[in-house]
Formats: sequence, C-alpha cells, structure tokens
Amino acid sequence: MGKTIVEKILSAHTDTDNFRIGDIIKARVDFAFANDITAPIALKYFKESGARQVFDKKRIGLIPDHFAPNKDIKSAEQCKLLKEFAQEYEIENYFEIGKMGIEHALLPEKGLVLPGDVVVGADSHTDTSGALGALAIGVGSTDWAAVMALGEVWLKVPPTIKFIYSGKLNKWVSGKDLILYTISRIGVDGANYKVMEFSGEVIKSLSMDNRFTICNMAIEAGAKTGIIEPDEITLEYLKGRAKRPFQIYHSDPDAHYEKIVEIDVSKIEPQVAFPHLPENAKPISKAKGIKIDQSIIGSCTNGRIEDLRIAAEILRGQQVHSKVRLIIIPATQDIYLQAIREGLVDIFITAGGAVSTPTCGPCLGGYMGILAKGEKAISTTNRNFVGRMGHPESEVYLASPALAAASAILGRIASPEEVK
Amino acid sequence: MIIKGKVWKFKDNIDTDIIIPARYLNTSDPKELALHCMEDYDSEFVNKLNQGDMIVAGRNFGCGSSREHAPIALKAAGVSCIIARSFARIFFRNAINIGLPIFECEEIADQCSEGDFLKVDTASGMIKNLSSYKVYKTNLLPEFIQKVISVGGLREYVREELKRREKNV
Repeated sequence: MGKTIVEKILSAHTDTDNFRIGDIIKARVDFAFANDITAPIALKYFKESGARQVFDKKRIGLIPDHFAPNKDIKSAEQCKLLKEFAQEYEIENYFEIGKMGIEHALLPEKGLVLPGDVVVGADSHTDTSGALGALAIGVGSTDWAAVMALGEVWLKVPPTIKFIYSGKLNKWVSGKDLILYTISRIGVDGANYKVMEFSGEVIKSLSMDNRFTICNMAIEAGAKTGIIEPDEITLEYLKGRAKRPFQIYHSDPDAHYEKIVEIDVSKIEPQVAFPHLPENAKPISKAKGIKIDQSIIGSCTNGRIEDLRIAAEILRGQQVHSKVRLIIIPATQDIYLQAIREGLVDIFITAGGAVSTPTCGPCLGGYMGILAKGEKAISTTNRNFVGRMGHPESEVYLASPALAAASAILGRIASPEEVK
Repeated sequence: MIIKGKVWKFKDNIDTDIIIPARYLNTSDPKELALHCMEDYDSEFVNKLNQGDMIVAGRNFGCGSSREHAPIALKAAGVSCIIARSFARIFFRNAINIGLPIFECEEIADQCSEGDFLKVDTASGMIKNLSSYKVYKTNLLPEFIQKVISVGGLREYVREELKRREKNV
C-alpha cells in the first residue's frame, strides 16, 4: 500500500517503524515558533523544565505579532519576555517591530519553513505552511515548551481526507472562497484530528498566496493540518528564500485516504461566512445587502501581496462608503513595502482606507479595529465567533479581499460586479 | 482520583474565544483569566460556578485558537472536569498538559441535565450520575498519554527526558 505525503514526512522524522494511523509517535521537529500570546507561558515552562538550552537556536522563531506593536502595558510586558528570552538563549529568529510580520506569512516568506518539514507552532493557524508541503501543526504553550526543550513532539498519526478540486473557477472566486465553501460542506469539526490534503487541477493552478489561504483555514474544520503537494509553483516561490536544503514528498497514487471529497468549482460563487461559525458560508448572491460598519483586509489568512493587489484593483478610483471604516493590514514588512512600490497603498489611502503596520490586531479583537455593540464587519480574517472582533453583540462576516473591498465601497456586503 | 461536582451544560462548538475572549490575553495569570471565563456566553457564569463543578458539553468543545489560556481559565475558575461529545484537538492536548481532566462521552452529553451531580474516577474512566444513578464507562486515554499524566504532566515528562538524555551523553 502506498503512503500519503503526511505519512512520508512522519516516516522521515521518527524512529518508529511501520506505524499505523492512530499510533502515537515521537517526531523530530525542523522548526518551532510562538507569538506574544502563546510564548510567555511556554518560556516560563521551558525555564522551569530544567532545560539549559533550546534544541537548536537556528530553528526557533519568536514573533511578537498579536498585540504588537504593543497595544498596552500588559502586552508590552509580554513582548518584552520574548525579546529577553531571545537575547538570553541566542535565538536567531526573533523578529522585532519593523522587521516582523504575521508569523504564518513571515516564516514562509523568509524561507524558514520548507517542504518536507515537521513544523510546530504555538498558534492554531500554523497549518498555513502546509501549502509548502510541510507537516505544520498548531499546539498550545506547554506542548511548545516541550518541543523547544526536546526538539521533538508526540503526535497521533492522523488519517487524511483528500479533497479534489476540478472545473473552471468563476470570476472573483479565490482560495478563500474554496476553503469557506469546503468548510461549509464538512462543518467546523468535519476534519477534527485529521489531515486535509488539497489536490486536483484547480489547486495546481493556484498561486502560493491562494494556497496559503486554503491551508490556513483547515483548522476551522478542526483539522490537524492542511497540506498541498509541492510542485513547480512551490519551487519557484522558494527560489532565493529557502534557508536550508529541503525534501519534496508526494502522495502515492495508491495511498490510503479515509475519505475522498470531490468538488466541482464551476458551481462555486464567491462565499460569505455568516456569524458565528466559519461553516456558515453562503454564496454572495444570497448574502448581498447586509449593511456594514467596517471592512478588514489582512491577517494570516489574506494579508499577502496578491490579496492587496485584488483589493486595489477594485478600490482604484473609488471612494470608501462614508459610513464604513476600511482597514488594510499588510501581513509582513516586505509585503507592505511591495504594496507601496506597486502604488497599492496610494490607491488605498486615496480611496479613504486606513493602512496599518503588520499586526494580527483586529482579527482576534485585540486592537486596530474593534467593533462596538451592534456593529457589523466584513473581514478577510478566519473566525467569526461571538465577540471575536470586539463586542459580544457585534458580527463578523468572513470573505475574500475582493468582496471586502467591494463591500467597503458600497457600505453593504457586495460583489465586485456591483462596483462601477 | 475521584472528583464529584455539579453539572453546567453547554452546547456544541464552544470556541476558545467564548471560553476566554482574546481581549484578556495580554496576561497569562490564571486568576485574572478566571475572572473572564465564559464572559461573552454568560457574564454571571464565573459567579454562579462553585469550586469543583463540571462542564458537560456537545461536539467540538474548545474549537478555535491554540490558547492554553482557555483550559487554564476554566481550571482556575473552579471547573474540575469537562465531559463532551467531542473536543477540538488542540484544546484536548492543552487540557491534558495542564492537568484538567477531560472525557469524551456521547451518552453523558445526551442524558445528563444541568444541575445533576457526577462522580468521576479519572483513573478508570468510570463516571456515575449521582442524580440519575446511571453509570458510564469512557474510553481510557492512550498509553503514552497515561504515562505523561502518571509522571505529573508534560512538564515533568520533559524534566525526566532531559535527565535521561544527559545520562546517555
């Protein structure tokens, strides 16, 4: 029997022979990272464990991105812990404000997470790097502290569900729409403990930015991770970035999958996930007209250069609706600079949008775009739970950058087709 | 360990933003986190909860973020045990790692009512509903996880593993 890409990556990272699905194995970790929310607890536990050093100074990332640039004194204290730890333990990949970005956009961009890697991040959206063909798994702080000390993680070997996308993509349908549609098909626990392998001719035709968006939201279906087999597009992305050699793995044609889900994308319209679960996606034709107070374009899900280009294409020469706050947050400094060089930031500000330095800020109701009671936002972020972006009686509608831009102009949830 | 407590029932898909809203994540102090536990779901929950009470929930409890602050807040607020139809995987690991007992059991989620008293034997996985006298057998955790728990949690496991490695050098 053949193996899936995930089984091959695990085989290369464990001493256990002939493991089966459901077995618990220890896997060596290639890169481990945490942020200003999850690291403080982990760093304390690490010190208490009696470890004298981290497993590898070059393979740890500390990224203050959630409440950074520091939003208040308490956040400043948390970020300070990361900086001090990085100095004390000579962590190479500590990213200070001005060099940082949202971790899941930054680490692939810097070539620190690579195909074939086992990546463990203390953040649920660690799955994003699965788009490179890595096994990238989100954990909590105690698990992460153990990884930092031991360089390995215990894992239950997961079954894989294969998703095959075929057909012709409709206008304005992006990776975001495909993943929202997929989650609506299987539900928010439809892949709990399992891997979602995204494949098919449509995935092969997608850019890396769209692939990152898809893998990013596998966790919203409960998945252990999302993964896409590397191809020429992956290798092209890695040129000039990869900081070390890497291994490419593919699933065998006779690999065993728990389930295969085939999706004809030609039937998919741009999607909007209604409050308060990411599985509540509806086609835009059934979502139009809801008045909004805010539009957020950014986050680890949709803050990459292509996301900004699409938003700029729609916002060029337009004005943001007088009753709407449009907040655009490039995910990394490099993306921010690129957006300036391409004239995108000019378009956003001329249209009446606000552009921020990279931060996770509003996505998790931290700062930089909190909703008041009764307010509604369309957002390119990943979660629309109760109170996620602010007041418990506010609402978040998840969508692509194209829809978020069009809705900002019209003051209601809208399709780019409606923007003249 | 035997724990007894009163049941608070919760629906499916209780996410980590409900358990502890991210606006309070600028601290990791358990006592401070406990003050805001489930605040957006029921602002009085923490005040109504008695030390040792239990949560019985539906599917996918703890979905969403990886924040360990979620089980920390629940434990510090006084929750002694969580029984759900199913748990989201990161929450499941986090709860075990911080020593908050959790069990998957569909029957209990279906059959017990808010206010019932449960008696849980964490070692055997036997759970008795003291209000209805029904007894339930839950699945035991995998051997490796039991080993981690038996040495006192993942932090202790790491300490022992580091010592073992030092000896072998």
